[in-house]
Amino acid sequence: MRGHAGYWAFLVHRISGVLLVLFLPGHFAALGSALEGEAAFDSFLAWTERPLVKLAEWGIVLLLSAHLAGGLRVLALEFLPWRDWQKTLAALAAGVSLAVSLAFALALTR
Amino acid sequence: MTKLQVRVWRGGADGSFQPFEVPRQASQSVLDAVTYIQRVLDPTLAYRFACRVGMCGSCAMTVNGVARWTCRTHVDKVARDGRLEIAPLRSLPVVRDLVTDMREFFDKWSRAKGVFRGARSRRDAFARVAPRSAQRLSVEAGIECIGCAVCYASCDVVAQNPAYLGPAALNRAWTLLNDVRDVTQAERLRAVAGDAGCHACHSQMGCTERCPKGIAPTASIAGLKRAAAKALLAGAL
Amino acid sequence: MSARHETLLWVAQRASAALLALCVVVHLATMIYAIQGGLTAAEILGRTRGNPGWLAFYSLFVAAIAVHAPIGLRPVLGEWLRWRGMSREVFLVALALALAVLGMRAVLGMFG
Repeated sequence: MRGHAGYWAFLVHRISGVLLVLFLPGHFAALGSALEGEAAFDSFLAWTERPLVKLAEWGIVLLLSAHLAGGLRVLALEFLPWRDWQKTLAALAAGVSLAVSLAFALALTR
Repeated sequence: MTKLQVRVWRGGADGSFQPFEVPRQASQSVLDAVTYIQRVLDPTLAYRFACRVGMCGSCAMTVNGVARWTCRTHVDKVARDGRLEIAPLRSLPVVRDLVTDMREFFDKWSRAKGVFRGARSRRDAFARVAPRSAQRLSVEAGIECIGCAVCYASCDVVAQNPAYLGPAALNRAWTLLNDVRDVTQAERLRAVAGDAGCHACHSQMGCTERCPKGIAPTASIAGLKRAAAKALLAGAL
Repeated sequence: MSARHETLLWVAQRASAALLALCVVVHLATMIYAIQGGLTAAEILGRTRGNPGWLAFYSLFVAAIAVHAPIGLRPVLGEWLRWRGMSREVFLVALALALAVLGMRAVLGMFG
């Protein structure tokens, strides 16, 4: 049973979740490099200035906001009184995550 | 007269589609088309139906890839360029042609404690249930299930986890959980919680999307999740 | 057994999700604010180090992640990789610990 809003919401939520788990150890290790002094941290920050890394950063923010919005959809579905607005929720989730990642993209290029 | 090109599943699990030409008629249902094939073109075609008016739940089939109640599905609505592809329901063993073995589907209803058990006898007074109470309204929302298994066949979790009780059985359990007269709620919750029960549901809502009666099993399953959590925190699970 | 175990995991998953929803909103807003005009170590660390409020916030954030990520990964491993049974649970507990340790190291690096 594929192709309806709930299916896509589920798939995006699952894939973004898996990718975030894969990203987190690297993220933590990079920020932990601040323990080794400012120089180590600065060399990491210089690496993040590369265009490809910036693009990847933007992708990760998109993943995070998509997972957030999809998670809010699940919480609303499970805990709020049930109405016929599930599709609206899925659309809302997509909209919110796009808006957040756009804001990040703008901030990133300023 | 225009003809409908109908491909129908023949044989068991390893069968194949057989093409038929069926005369197109006004207000024709998918079940009408199948019935025409069986009565006029090939009397050996096996399929199930009874009431023809959407009450009995026996005529569900996969029509152009989507599980539907065929008696109340208009050909107009589902035929693509005058073509229909009719197969047995997904996730159930095929007996022959369009007939599936529904045993597992209904066994899961009893595994989900889908049977009412009260404590009153015929000598007791009637139970009083306020018609607008929250619990009664929850029953109302799920009680019209006709057991057609469209939700079950539309569920991806059922398709990959054969032990999963599925949307229909869990919806039934939810309506009983909200029946204030029932006295077996603790057992019922234990039966429906867990990775073969409500916690396997991913809220993909294939069931809710497809239920011909407009029931939302996803909502019922969410209710079971909340009830199980409440019972756990109260030490009663 | 499965009923209680799965229900407990569900409660932990939803509770951590609610917490994470708040944390992620704050995190995203902070990032969008902080990243404008580029980043340097001195600037970031000058803002973050020795700030007990942020230290507490991000410690909580890491704890919620260590709970949420392994429970979320669990059905994925079961359904997509057919990995069930004890070895999967051991792996997920190890993942939770690894996320907690790495995460707290990062928090201490930034805010300690």
